[in-house]
Amino acid sequence: MGFKGRDVLSILDFNREDLETLFKVADDIKANPFKYSEELKGAVLATAFFEPSTRTRLSFQTAILRLGGSYIDLGEIERSSIAKGENIADTVKMLDSYVDIIVIRHRIEGTAKFAAEIAESPVINAGDGRKHHPTQAMIDLYSIHTFKGGIDGLNVAVMGDLKYGRAATSLILGLTLFKPKALYLISPPELRIRPEVMEYLKQAKVNFIETSKLEDCISELDVLYVTRIQKERFPDPAEYEKVRGSYRITLETLKEAKDDLIILHPLPKVGEIDLKVDKTKHAKYFEQAALGVPVRMALLKLITRG
Amino acid sequence: MEKELLVRKIREGTVIDHIPAGKALTVFKILGLTGEEGFTIAVVMNVESRKLGKKDIVKIEGKFLKPSEVDKIALIAPTATINIVRNYEVVTKRRVEIPDEIINILKCINPNCITNKSNEPVSSVFKVISKRPLKLVCKYCDEIMTERDVIKQLAAT
Repeated sequence: MGFKGRDVLSILDFNREDLETLFKVADDIKANPFKYSEELKGAVLATAFFEPSTRTRLSFQTAILRLGGSYIDLGEIERSSIAKGENIADTVKMLDSYVDIIVIRHRIEGTAKFAAEIAESPVINAGDGRKHHPTQAMIDLYSIHTFKGGIDGLNVAVMGDLKYGRAATSLILGLTLFKPKALYLISPPELRIRPEVMEYLKQAKVNFIETSKLEDCISELDVLYVTRIQKERFPDPAEYEKVRGSYRITLETLKEAKDDLIILHPLPKVGEIDLKVDKTKHAKYFEQAALGVPVRMALLKLITRG
Repeated sequence: MEKELLVRKIREGTVIDHIPAGKALTVFKILGLTGEEGFTIAVVMNVESRKLGKKDIVKIEGKFLKPSEVDKIALIAPTATINIVRNYEVVTKRRVEIPDEIINILKCINPNCITNKSNEPVSSVFKVISKRPLKLVCKYCDEIMTERDVIKQLAAT
């Protein structure tokens, strides 16, 4: 389909071929970072984050700078006109007239899609509520591709908050574009995948297994993707209390794991992985976070220049 | 139609026929009818039907339906036929059809969807992913609405 001029709203806006193109460009950027240092000279990107962010915002800003472009940042909501009651539509119209690419994150679901209808410039969804975080899924898929040499035929587990977690959701949806041998969805029963995600998995005929216990599949796994419980998205604090601390990866948990199991995490992690695990050969989450820059550079290059 | 007419023919207006048995009052509700509008209305329920076994019929003297009202009826009574009557004769008869996209008729059940934010200039849009059983998906937030959600919402309006 090609990337040029496209919005990035859901990982399912892309097909396998698109993602493989993205991976190739990211590979080349990693190998020859300075080759691309003038690629987007003169381009300006806006980061409009209506929710907290560390990695996503900083890696988009780093990516555009490394491509020779620059960025403007909406800054703290309290200091902008949103605090005066300006709506999303007007904010996006203004940003669209200033920049070439808009990266937006909002608690309200469907915001990026709505923004994309308003803006002529490409809009990148950097997270909308519980729903989508497509660029995180691109990084996660690229990480599996990089560390395991491919995605097909692997036993992949996505563990944690599958109900409220947008990174977990987008990765699960992204995996439907490939052919994993099995997809284990590990979560407390209260945090299972949402109906629309179930619908996609069935449509894509993915071999998936929902379970509450990592012990049941740990010895089979090639990839274990862990996510934190999204406390901020629980409508009822009592519901959060019920599942708080319900899973934790420790050295003990990993005893039965394959030697070459990799553990990924979109970060921030807040206790669901014991710090001792960070030092094992399984832990790949910091390297995964570093891949955020080349993948986002590749994406910005492709949607701007093709 | 029926072997014996339970209610007399109407002169000008609309006959909504082949409503699934038991749904007539919901049809009545989604048309916003309270009985106080002054229309002569007949609601016939659970009469025999060759096609459906049992069916309901709503006859409204002096009222013609807007396209959005027809779409609403299609969502809860997909077997319904709409007959336009002029001078005691049925002048047009057509089956309702569930559209592929439903615009500005339903509210997304996800309270956190952009379409539920009153200060944004955005319409609610649902794509129909299955007609029987009815299943819709919000264009903006992907939330799925089932037939039950739709009936609950339309009946409450």
